[in-house]
Amino acid sequence: MISANLSAIFYLVSGVLFILALRGLSSPETSRQGNFFGIMGMIIAVTVTFLSTGNFSSGFIYVLIFISLGGSIGAFIAYKIPMTAMPELVAGFHSLVGLAAVFVAISAFLNPQAFNLGFPGNIKLGSLIEMSIGAAVGAITFSGSVIAFLKLQGIMSGSPITFKGQHPLNAIILISIIALIYLLCSTQSANLFWILLGVSFLIGFLIIIPIGGADMPVVISMLNSYSGWAAAGIGFTLENTALIITGALVGSSGAILSYIMCKGMNRSFFNVILGGFGGTDEAKGSVSKEQRPVKSGNADDAAFLMKNASSVIIVPGYGMAVAQAQHALREMVDTLKKNDIKVSYAIHPVAGRMPGHMNVLLAEANVPYDEVFELEEINNNFANADVAFVIGANDVTNPVAKTDPQSPIYGMPVLDVEKCKSVLFVKRSLSPGYAGIDNDLFYKENTLMLFADAKKMTEDITKNL
Amino acid sequence: MEIDPLIFRLSIFILSIFVGYYVVWSVTPSLHTPLMSVTNAISSVIIVGAIIAGLSGNSDTIFNTSTIFGFLAIALAAINIFGGFLVTQRMLAMYKKKRKDKK
Repeated sequence: MISANLSAIFYLVSGVLFILALRGLSSPETSRQGNFFGIMGMIIAVTVTFLSTGNFSSGFIYVLIFISLGGSIGAFIAYKIPMTAMPELVAGFHSLVGLAAVFVAISAFLNPQAFNLGFPGNIKLGSLIEMSIGAAVGAITFSGSVIAFLKLQGIMSGSPITFKGQHPLNAIILISIIALIYLLCSTQSANLFWILLGVSFLIGFLIIIPIGGADMPVVISMLNSYSGWAAAGIGFTLENTALIITGALVGSSGAILSYIMCKGMNRSFFNVILGGFGGTDEAKGSVSKEQRPVKSGNADDAAFLMKNASSVIIVPGYGMAVAQAQHALREMVDTLKKNDIKVSYAIHPVAGRMPGHMNVLLAEANVPYDEVFELEEINNNFANADVAFVIGANDVTNPVAKTDPQSPIYGMPVLDVEKCKSVLFVKRSLSPGYAGIDNDLFYKENTLMLFADAKKMTEDITKNL
Repeated sequence: MEIDPLIFRLSIFILSIFVGYYVVWSVTPSLHTPLMSVTNAISSVIIVGAIIAGLSGNSDTIFNTSTIFGFLAIALAAINIFGGFLVTQRMLAMYKKKRKDKK
């Protein structure tokens, strides 16, 4: 058994290691070392906890059993999961952090002596406030992440679910959560604690259902942030520095990612959270549009265009992930490179279903990361490129965002794909993208539409090169 | 008059938010997905609370409602810790492979 002061110092060390873990991600070279620091921090935190309880009785055996049980499930998932399923996985993991926070809070509420927080029915006020905030945020994280997971997995429709009075209802529930925490702290009633948890689960569910599929990058980042705040809340309850530091890190990390994602869509955070984007207006918009002529081609035409190009820019989007076309794409690019054609990749901040989604898929397909560029880095290069190959992206290339102030996506930063000499657009049909608006790019003179599955088309082009 | 320890914890919390803010802005956008999975893994340090909860029973009653929630939380957090760190490692290894290819 080690003293409380010594264990506090070790928790601080593990908190610092977690900071270094995130710091390592500033470049791919240092990132693996960063991950190692993170693992070290976790090992220190867990070991110190064992030593500080000094309890190596039979209960300890069960702790080890549950760690190995969870650990083997986690390891199994980590090795099996395809990279295209990362958004679902991360959403699923967030839900587990949320639920774990809820369970720890329940345990502490039922048996506060174990944590030096007082006695059932007479828990220290400060601890009770922290505990109930941690539990409520954890519950919201859990149910919200479950919905996000179901939407990403396709079990639940990705389209927004809206109903009348949705926002007032949510507002009432949020206010009632605050009222419940206040009442709980003044009465110490166990019933109120359970009601608080139930209501928090409900609001997490209600907050996420009106948010559509392509806004998932914001939702996932936001839930990431929530899971951090929940951990911090529990950290205050347990007076644990490692948890407080980590909670704050994760909380701000998720908040920054949400901000970057919102900026990538030129929408305010509240606009995304209130949801319903690209829902009902869709039908209206597409009916009024007259049929405009498009040029469509086949793999042969595309191969011909690319063979005669000297530089090609690839614009991947969610469609590439759906079609699992990243490997086929890399093979196509390899063939192009053999013909001395310069190839680079342009990634929009909100391409895909989570921050950095496209980068991971390209990394999986062995695309060197110095060929992959962010929007600001590459946007000026489109004018000098011969061919833009848009695979699975749509709204993020729509020139309407720059020209039509009436458009819902006006002001959103887009890739200047139309400035290329020619544009190859791989898409299954002419249907509008997530925002429910027509892409002007389809009808440009220099655009050739390739109507096919992204993977199949890419493979066919490679054959024709 | 002594300062309430809560104030110290609050100071750590606020300063950590600022540290997080600057550290996360320096993360390269191409590593945003590993960032999410690693933050997931480290936020599961909540397992320390779960372990304390799980070990709170005495030798006669290892399992009571409170410890059972503790044990469940241990399992959930362990899924995240192992899953989170390993999947991060798997992703980062792919970024590594590319460098070898370049040489």
